[in-house]
Amino acid sequence: MKLSLSNKYIVIVLSFFLLLFLVIFFTTIGSVSLTLEEVIQAFFSDEETVARTIVYRMRLPRNILATLVGANLAISGILLQSVMKNPLADPGITGVSTGASVVAIFIILVAPHWIHALPLFAFIGGALACGLVFLLAWKNGIQPIRIVLAGVAVNSILGGFISLLSILYSDRIQSALFWLNGSLASKTWDDIYLLLPYSIIGLIASLFLIRSANVLQLGDESAKNLGFNVSRTRLLISAVAVFLAGVTTAIVGVIGFIGLIVPHVSRMLMGSDHKYTIPFSMVLGGIILLVADTLARTVGGAIEIPVGVITSIVGGPFFLYLLRKKGA
Amino acid sequence: MLSARRLKVGYEERVIIEDLSLSIKQGGITAIIGPNGCGKSTLLKTLSRMIPAMEGEVILEGTNLQQMKSKKVSQKICLLSQHNNAPGDLTVEQLVYYGRLPHKKWYESKTGDDQTLVDWAIEETGLTKYKQTPIAALSGGERQRAYIAQALCQKTDILLLDEPTTYLDVSYQLDLMELICEINQKFKITVVMVLHELNQASRYSDRLVIMKNGEIISDGIPNKIINQKIIQDVYQIECEIDQDPISNKPRIHPIQTIKGA
Repeated sequence: MKLSLSNKYIVIVLSFFLLLFLVIFFTTIGSVSLTLEEVIQAFFSDEETVARTIVYRMRLPRNILATLVGANLAISGILLQSVMKNPLADPGITGVSTGASVVAIFIILVAPHWIHALPLFAFIGGALACGLVFLLAWKNGIQPIRIVLAGVAVNSILGGFISLLSILYSDRIQSALFWLNGSLASKTWDDIYLLLPYSIIGLIASLFLIRSANVLQLGDESAKNLGFNVSRTRLLISAVAVFLAGVTTAIVGVIGFIGLIVPHVSRMLMGSDHKYTIPFSMVLGGIILLVADTLARTVGGAIEIPVGVITSIVGGPFFLYLLRKKGA
Repeated sequence: MLSARRLKVGYEERVIIEDLSLSIKQGGITAIIGPNGCGKSTLLKTLSRMIPAMEGEVILEGTNLQQMKSKKVSQKICLLSQHNNAPGDLTVEQLVYYGRLPHKKWYESKTGDDQTLVDWAIEETGLTKYKQTPIAALSGGERQRAYIAQALCQKTDILLLDEPTTYLDVSYQLDLMELICEINQKFKITVVMVLHELNQASRYSDRLVIMKNGEIISDGIPNKIINQKIIQDVYQIECEIDQDPISNKPRIHPIQTIKGA
């Protein structure tokens, strides 16, 4: 299934255009169906029609946010997989999403008057948890296996706190569940303006990490032999990955599987070179989360399903299918 | 040009090398031999700054290795480790190009000069027809040659090899040793290698360093230092030694292990 060099470029460019098309096209789908014509009209007229409100105030910002979130999580995943040298690494392993969750759930359940500052506090929570994981994993440098072990331990402790909070405040758990399963419902342009600068910083930084991520794949001794400080490189790449996952989770909650699956599909098509997998993961992450979010807001009819539920239910079996296929 | 002064090296609480000094002169091929666990690979890794010394220092051209920038060292010393696990879909050309990275800043990309060097290294190691082949499709011997090409591309004065022939068929082993000698003579690259195979070490080295329990037991030209007694002492085996008619170096024939030694 691997592509030749020129085909790789073509696929990346085509998927980028597919993504642009889907961002527009999916604004036609929803509880009120619109035609593509109506959507285009809505863009170019200043009249406050119903179509314009639906497209411009509701569906378009949501689609754009889904694209950003998908790209961020996918890049976070591929960067962490290169650091951990483990194809099963996922941004969650660093504790960033559980850390953010504990704080977010606390605010939602116990201190709802702080809700406006939730993204900031969730990010701080994620950063602290992740810092703790790396601190515990540090011993004469960073070894991937220790990050995984420390991550499992910290995640389990923080998971306990989440359960505790959910039991103590079970009467208000409804709103918290949406956050824990990640949702783009009722997101607006403000959320995009909040996430966009950080996404741009993180995504551009990831492009500068292509060479380092490739060198880490050669193995520790090879990387050291080529003059790379392996621990420092790992920390740097992890920092960008965690930053991307952290800001994203802080705004939309915990969305699983994107950071795991997208890098996989990306590698299957593009090979191991991050020169191709990083740009392609960005685009593919955007496409997949956009599709998932469109499903999330449409399949349940009037009931909005958290997008994290869709990515897990559809993503899990799809992931298994990929693994089987690869083995065959 | 590369010397170790009073090295103490180990992992955590386990000290492997207690107090060792060694000086490598420019030009020759030095082979380090000794039984498993004697510290020969540890020594090689310390010489290449992969493992920091607990005490003592490694001096490269008058400077302490630990005080040099990692990049600077990688322009002078290349270590080819025993285990390499680069992604299988890398082509030979891509793998060899990595050898240029020590000479590039992080924002610099591949230049025409780099390509010339990559082509040259691939040519010298006889891999021209495999240039675009993914390394997973190469045989073990060819892959090892590709890593040697990467090392050539790195343009270092010193090449350290950690058991380069382990896992290879005998024909590839010979092939590789010949290539190493050629590189040593043609490009004046100083070679220090850890070897398992005693006869290979004897035949292809100008200087032999024999280690046991983290210490250097004997050090000199193979013809002077190889004798039954030292082999028995280091490996606990009885052997016969004669002279190889081609290289005029000593040839060791193991007979049996000495039980209870």
